[in-house]
Amino acid sequence: MLTLTGLSKRYDTGDLALSDITLEVPAGQVMALIGPSGAGKSTLIRCVNRLVEPSAGSVVLDGLDITKVRGGKLRQARRQIGMIFQNYALVERLSVMENVLSGRLAYVGFWRSFFRQFPSPDIKQALNLLERVGLETMFDKRGDALSGGQKQRVGIARALMQNPKLLLVDEPTASLDPKTSRQIMRLICELCREQQLAAVINIHDVVLAQQFVDRVVGLRAGRLVFDGPPSALTPETLTDIYGEEDWSVPENEGENDSENTNAAVPLDLAKPIGQGGHP
Amino acid sequence: MSASAPASGADSKRLAQLRDGIWKPLPLIRDARWRWALNASVLLYIVLAWLSVDINWARVAQGMDRGLAFMASFLQPDFITRGGEIFTGLKESLTMTLASTVIGVLLAIPVGLGAARNISPLPVYLFCRSIIALSRTFQEIIIAILFVAMFGFGPLAGVVTLAFATIGFMAKLLAEDIEDTQREPLEAIRATGASWLQWVNYAVQPQVMPRLIGLSLYRLDINFRESAVIGIVGAGGIGATLNTSINRYDYDTSAAILLLIIVIVLMSEYLSGYVRKWTQ
Amino acid sequence: MPLIKRGDEPVWKKREPLKQYAHWAGWMLGGMLFVWCWALISENTIWEFLYDADEQAASLIGRMIPPDWSITGSLMRPLWDTINIATVGTALGILIAFPLAFLAARNTSPHPALRAFALAVIVSSRSINALIWAMLLVTIVGPGIFAGMLAIALRSIGFVGKLLYEAIEEIHPTPVEALSATGAGRTQVLAYAVWPQIMPAFAGISVYRWDINIREATTLGLVGAGGIGLQMNAAINNLAWAQVATVFVLIFATVVASEWVSAKVRHAVL
Repeated sequence: MLTLTGLSKRYDTGDLALSDITLEVPAGQVMALIGPSGAGKSTLIRCVNRLVEPSAGSVVLDGLDITKVRGGKLRQARRQIGMIFQNYALVERLSVMENVLSGRLAYVGFWRSFFRQFPSPDIKQALNLLERVGLETMFDKRGDALSGGQKQRVGIARALMQNPKLLLVDEPTASLDPKTSRQIMRLICELCREQQLAAVINIHDVVLAQQFVDRVVGLRAGRLVFDGPPSALTPETLTDIYGEEDWSVPENEGENDSENTNAAVPLDLAKPIGQGGHP
Repeated sequence: MSASAPASGADSKRLAQLRDGIWKPLPLIRDARWRWALNASVLLYIVLAWLSVDINWARVAQGMDRGLAFMASFLQPDFITRGGEIFTGLKESLTMTLASTVIGVLLAIPVGLGAARNISPLPVYLFCRSIIALSRTFQEIIIAILFVAMFGFGPLAGVVTLAFATIGFMAKLLAEDIEDTQREPLEAIRATGASWLQWVNYAVQPQVMPRLIGLSLYRLDINFRESAVIGIVGAGGIGATLNTSINRYDYDTSAAILLLIIVIVLMSEYLSGYVRKWTQ
Repeated sequence: MPLIKRGDEPVWKKREPLKQYAHWAGWMLGGMLFVWCWALISENTIWEFLYDADEQAASLIGRMIPPDWSITGSLMRPLWDTINIATVGTALGILIAFPLAFLAARNTSPHPALRAFALAVIVSSRSINALIWAMLLVTIVGPGIFAGMLAIALRSIGFVGKLLYEAIEEIHPTPVEALSATGAGRTQVLAYAVWPQIMPAFAGISVYRWDINIREATTLGLVGAGGIGLQMNAAINNLAWAQVATVFVLIFATVVASEWVSAKVRHAVL
């Protein structure tokens, strides 16, 4: 469904962030993108919806080359691609409902959106999504009145409001505590399976990724260095991706998926250490 | 934000509406009566204000030619014909600006210290605050009229005017800045047994100095712009020349003066940005 | 190296010697500049006028007290005009400054040429005092309130425009990115991601400018642009200082009231 061919990005500063990435993501597949800070993970997912302009290569979504379109056509392409951000990227002074409905902006005209005249089905869908993420009573709260986890749930609801075919998820858990991180990851992956969505999830936490995704792709210095199922990640492949480090994972009880906080603590400790600072 | 209030009647009603697909954002003012009263009074004001304006359209149409002539004159400003007057006027404006800013800032510092509630006793505070209020209420031009009446025509009245206005402006901002300083260093220096002056010098001054410099430069800019105006009432500077040229419809000269003012303001802004970076 | 050995005693200085000299030289140059300025001013001053300045001041104040309250009633209409000049002028200015700020802000400007144009308009408007605008407009549209409103508007464009475009440049970029990613159009992104972020600043700036404009509007009458300044000018020309004092008291009251209103509004929006 999503095909990247020879995708490269060189920034104006001369840094080569992505080098000749070729990758295919079939419909409904949840894929994790791992790699050290500065490996080009963020650049890659931003090239897919052209928040960052790729220097070379093509991004084809369902037969449409996104790198070739502009203006209204680009916006039509973007509305099929939902995006979830590390810092939630909510408009904090708008209410939760307005934030969720802003996912429909590409479907309604300017004046309708300006006067907040969204069609009834959109409003019902927004409420359904808020119920699904557990925030249906918060719809009138302002964005800045929410906790981090709640903000990310609103961010997820906004992305799904677009009725996307593909989700781009940029470090969804980097600003959250370990327990909330797990809840958010589980929510994203469950929703993807329910709605048969493909997803590309940028993530630092390898152990967390392994538990929830179908496929893992490793980037290092802008190059693709690993592509396989989560089970194929071995200390050797991790060294390929992140560099030399003792990758042995202490026995952890995180496998049983329980919701108690105790489970989250060893998970956090099990995070690879050699990955550099959080962004 | 009414945090974690139990779902009230209004909230559950909104939720029920949401299930029917009806949603409107919460109004800024919750109470409908207040909302209507506010809208009605704004509407009423617009009507009343409109009634008070009597535009003489015939006169406006007549003046359009002059308006166009004025705009055109910006393309061919005349720096030469009245070059001598422009040069003297600008020189006077600039000297008035510098002198009045220096005097004003120097006088504003004690007033500002006195007007900061956290370092001054109440009587001093009230006295300094009333100086500030007096200086800030009246526009430079009004003060200039009074000083011209007292000192006669000439740049001295202008300098005194601008210095007086500078005191109110600087002292108020300085006092607010001092009131916002961190308490800990103030207490720490006081605890060493320092005298009041030593205390101000070591605890207060380092905290407010960068902002004081920034504000002085900003005020320099304002004083220059004002110095171009107070000449209208005889307080020196470029204003008199500008006034004459406008009254004679000599727009080419007016445009030249205005362009010079704009250029000088731009330069001073650029320079003050540079100095501010340098003193940080 | 602020620690210097002098003999056996270490001496602490705030600055290195060379820097210290440069510092002193700077102060001296500044002092000389000031003295030169002062000499120039003193040259153009008729000091004889100053000998009786204290008497002049005393007699001025003497003639101002008590104010002539009998004219208060006739000043109400000019006062109302003054408030209208300030309010309508501010509204007009904001109306023009608002789009201009979006053209001038680096992150929302559609084209560098438009940005340069917007910045030029803003700096021209800011550099020129409302009174000068009023003088010009009186010769163009004729004396009266209308000229005053336009003068206030022209001056406000630059002030509001500058502060607003700085506020736009300081917004968080991530919500803008997020809404662009949903496929929203340019104007939708402005309305949903930029506007909510600058709204409090916008309200604060507008009220602040209105407050300043009330003060400025009191003087526009001096050049014939309507408002209470006309009466003040007439009283000054007639040397009727008791009437001038009444005008002053009214201006003072209006300014205090407007400051109170603007403080209330700013408190409500923040």
